[in-house]
Amino acid sequence: MTPSSESVRRVPTGPARRGPTGIEPARITAGQPGLESGLVTRDGDTAHIDARGVYYKTLNEQIRELVGAGVSTVALDNVNGQRYIGAGISADHLTILVNGVPGNDLAAFMDGPTVIVDDNAQDGIANTMNRGLVVVRGDAGDVVGYGMRGGRVYVRGDVGYRVGIHMKAYGEQHPVIVIGGRARDFFGEYMAGGEMILLGLGDSSEPLLGSYVGTGMHGGVIYVRGSVQGHQLGKEVSVVDPSPEDTARIEELVTDFCRVHGFDETEVLSQPFGKIAPFTHRPYGKLYAY
Amino acid sequence: MSARGLNRFGEADRRSARRPYGGLPAPGSRSSDLVPRPAYTAEAEERILGGCGLMGVCDESGGRMSGELALRSMSSMHDRGNGLGGGFAGYGIYPDFPYAFCFHMLFNDDVAKDDTEYYLARHFVILHHEPIPSKSVRGIEDEPILWRYFLEISDERLAETQLSAEDYVVHSVMDVNNHIKGAFVASSGRNMGAFKGVGFPEEIGEFYRLDEYRGWTWTGHGRFPTNTPGWWGGAHPFCLLDYSIVHNGEISSYGINQRYLEMFGYKCSMRTDTEVVTYLFDLLLRRHGLSVEIACKALASPFWKDIDLMEKDDRQLYTALRAVYGPALLNGPFAVVLGMGEGMVALSDRIKLRPLAAARMGTTVYVASEESAIREICPKPELTWMPRAGEPVIARLEDGVNLATSAAYNAVA
Repeated sequence: MTPSSESVRRVPTGPARRGPTGIEPARITAGQPGLESGLVTRDGDTAHIDARGVYYKTLNEQIRELVGAGVSTVALDNVNGQRYIGAGISADHLTILVNGVPGNDLAAFMDGPTVIVDDNAQDGIANTMNRGLVVVRGDAGDVVGYGMRGGRVYVRGDVGYRVGIHMKAYGEQHPVIVIGGRARDFFGEYMAGGEMILLGLGDSSEPLLGSYVGTGMHGGVIYVRGSVQGHQLGKEVSVVDPSPEDTARIEELVTDFCRVHGFDETEVLSQPFGKIAPFTHRPYGKLYAY
Repeated sequence: MSARGLNRFGEADRRSARRPYGGLPAPGSRSSDLVPRPAYTAEAEERILGGCGLMGVCDESGGRMSGELALRSMSSMHDRGNGLGGGFAGYGIYPDFPYAFCFHMLFNDDVAKDDTEYYLARHFVILHHEPIPSKSVRGIEDEPILWRYFLEISDERLAETQLSAEDYVVHSVMDVNNHIKGAFVASSGRNMGAFKGVGFPEEIGEFYRLDEYRGWTWTGHGRFPTNTPGWWGGAHPFCLLDYSIVHNGEISSYGINQRYLEMFGYKCSMRTDTEVVTYLFDLLLRRHGLSVEIACKALASPFWKDIDLMEKDDRQLYTALRAVYGPALLNGPFAVVLGMGEGMVALSDRIKLRPLAAARMGTTVYVASEESAIREICPKPELTWMPRAGEPVIARLEDGVNLATSAAYNAVA
C-alpha cells in the first residue's frame, strides 16, 4: 500500500535501517592513526625500529625518544609512506637509515643529522632544511629542497618538478643539492641562494632538464653537466662557461657526491659543465617603484 | 550528525570536528549545524593534512584482483583525505551480467526510488535489481538507499529513438540526475560499478564489502573537499557509461568546460568540478573517436611555445587540436585516473601541480598519488617512474578480455 501523504513518503529510509553509524571499525589499518609502536632492537649505539604499519606520528616520537637516549644510528626497517621522518631533529653525529620508501617532507626543518634512504623518496624532501645531509639511493619526487636554508641533498637518480624552489643562502648557511640523474621543469624556480649540480648520469631517453629552468631565480647558481637550450631557460637566467673558481667548486662537490654514491669522479668530471646564473639579484626591483 | 557534535557512542564526531571550513558552516548547511569555532590550540590539534589521494591498478592481461587491493592502497594514504568522501570503481566485477548496463543508484528516499524505477521500467528492460550489498562500519552514517539495476535496451526503443545504446544511456543518466529529485546515478557502465560515499576510503570500501568483488581494473579515491560540499553523490569516482574519473586538484576552467559540454547535451548536476572531466572523456573518446593519446593532448595540451618548437606535422596537429578543442582544455592543478572498459589512463596537468607516481609489475600497471601507496600492494615493482606532466600513463587490456566495451560493440554493429 502506498502512503498517500507526500511528507510520509519523503521520510528517508536509508539511515533508519542501520542507525547513525556502525560500530565495527574498518579492518584495514595501513596508514591509520594508531598508537601501536614499532618493535625496537638495540645493538650498542644502533637502534632498529620495525616501522611496518606504524603511524607516522608514533614512529617520529619513537625516533626522538631514541635520539634523546643517546643512540647514534637509528635504522628504520619496512618504512612505507611515513611522513616527516627526521623532521625538525636537531642533533649532530646522528644517522637515520631509511629502508623503504619514506613519505612526504622527509628531513623537513632538519638541523644536523644524516638521513640515508636506500630506495626512492617521495615529494618535498629537505623542505626548509637547516643543516645535515640527505642521501637518496633511488629517485626523489617533486619539490626537493623547498626553501632549503643549509645542508646537503645527494640524490643518486632522477628528481621531479620544482627542485630547489626558493632555496636560499645567508652567511654561513649555504645549501647544496647534487643530482646524479635528470630533472624536470622549474628546476631552481625562484632560487635565491645556494648551489645545485645536475649530472645526468646513466643511459636514459629522458632529456637532462625540462623547461622553465631558473624562472624567477635571483641568487645562487646551478651547474649542469651537458648542454641546455635557450628555450628551456626562464627569463631571468643565462648559461655561461664556469670560471676557474666555479670549476674548483664543481670538482669539490662532485667528488664528495661520487664518494657517497660510489661513482667514478674522474669520469663524471671529464665532461664539460655549464653554469646557470641569474642576470640580476633584484629582477623585480623596479616592479612597484614609481 | 548530532547537534552537539557527538555521535551515539558519546565520542566527538570527527566529521563535525574536522570540518573543511574550519568550524564555519559548510555551504548549504542549516544554522543548527553551526558549531563554535574551536580555540586556537584545539584547532592546531585538529590540523588537517590536506590533499586528495587517488590510485589505480590495471592488469592488462585481464587477471581479476580483489577490491581489497584498492582498499589497502587507499588506506595507506588515509591522511591525504579528511573523511568527507571516499570511493572506488571496479571493472570486470559483474561476470554474470557482462553486457548489461549496470546502474548504481543513490536515493534520498523511497519516492526518489519509486520515481526512478518507474522511469527505468519504462525505458529499459530490467534484467535484475537488488540492493547494493553493504555492512555497518564505524564512521559511515546517513547513507542513502543504495540499489543497483542491470539494464538492457530493447531494439524497439533504440529504433524508435534512433540513438546508439550508449547515447540512450547518457540521455537517461542526464534525465535521472536532473529531473528526479533525490536520485543520482553513481555509475552506468557495462561490467563495472562505482562504490562511493561520505567517509574515509577504507571505511567506504569496507561498507560496500569491496573485498567480495574481483576486477581487472580498480581505481580509488580519498577526498579532501575544498570548493564544494562533501556529499554522497559528490564523492569520486564520477562515472558515465564505462568511464570513471578519480581526481585530485581543481578544474579552474570548469565554467568554460561546462558550457562547452552543455552544447553536446551533458548537464552538470553533481555540484563539483570533477564531473566535467568524465563527460569530456566520453565526448572525446566515445563520440568523437579520438585515441586516448590525442584526447589527453586536447585536455592537457602542450604550451604554444613548445608547439612552435615541433616539426611541421606535429605543429599542425597540435595547433589544430588546440583550435578545435580550446574549450575542452583543462586548466588548473589536477591529477586524474580514468578507468574505462579498455583499461586505465592516468594524467596530470601540464605543469605537474599534483603528485602522480607509476609502477609496473609484469602485466599490471599501478598509479597513485604517492609511491608508498603502490608499494603497499606491490612491494617490489619491476619499474617505477614519475609520469611527465601532461603525458598519459596508459594501461590497455589485451584484446578479448573485455568484450563489453563501446568499441567492441560498435565494431559488431
